[in-house]
Amino acid sequence: MTRPQDHRPLSPFMLGPYYRLQISSVLSLLHRVTGFALSIGLILFALWLISAAYYPDCYADIQALAASIVGKLFLFGWTWAFFYHLGNGIRHLNWDLGKGFTIPEMTRSGWVVVVFSLSMTVLTWAIIIRKVGL
Amino acid sequence: MSQYSKSHLRSQLGRVRGLGSAKSGTHHWWMERITSLALIPLSIWFLVALVTKLLGATPAELQAWVSSPITALLLTAFTAIMFLHAKLGVQVIIEDYIHCEGKKIALLLFKDVVIYALLAGTLAAIAKLHFIGI
Repeated sequence: MTRPQDHRPLSPFMLGPYYRLQISSVLSLLHRVTGFALSIGLILFALWLISAAYYPDCYADIQALAASIVGKLFLFGWTWAFFYHLGNGIRHLNWDLGKGFTIPEMTRSGWVVVVFSLSMTVLTWAIIIRKVGL
Repeated sequence: MSQYSKSHLRSQLGRVRGLGSAKSGTHHWWMERITSLALIPLSIWFLVALVTKLLGATPAELQAWVSSPITALLLTAFTAIMFLHAKLGVQVIIEDYIHCEGKKIALLLFKDVVIYALLAGTLAAIAKLHFIGI
């Protein structure tokens, strides 16, 4: 006899064949992806402050790395990840208060977060480019 | 019959081993909410400072910024709470996707070592920049 639990699809392998992607699940997944990406970004945050305090020679290298094309692409990605995780995090805190659980409310708040994160990213980089150039 | 009785949501192996709540899930969940709430103002404060003052700053300019007691306090709080929030979040990602027990424990330990090392280094850097200078 095969027990049913022997063949249960385990997360994340249930996505796709067993589960159709929807705005709710895509945004949930993105919350995790952006949270992880921002955690990786903390390595740069730490190295930036540690080098400024203890290794001024390395500080210039880290700054050059961040100012390179690849560095700027990463910083742009982290900017969006930050605003997305911030907006969706507030959405989660609102759910924790027991509010906004109906499907129409959830879909609307989801799109609000998407628009918020994209426009704040553009706004932030418009300010950065105006200040220090591209 | 018995496997579909009241405890069928737990795997048979879990039942045999007596695995269940470790009585700390609520604390983890609660700390995630508390840290996220604190990070809403702190992370926005840091991003604004980063964009308006710290882009392209020399170590001396960074040190001048951290020399203010309020800045040092906010930066210390941001750093400590940010790393704690990342630690809680990355822990859940590892627990959800790594199903091999040995690998899971090793990764959880590795994550803690990296996070605590970066946290200690960053706090020491802030203290040095504030109290001693470059």
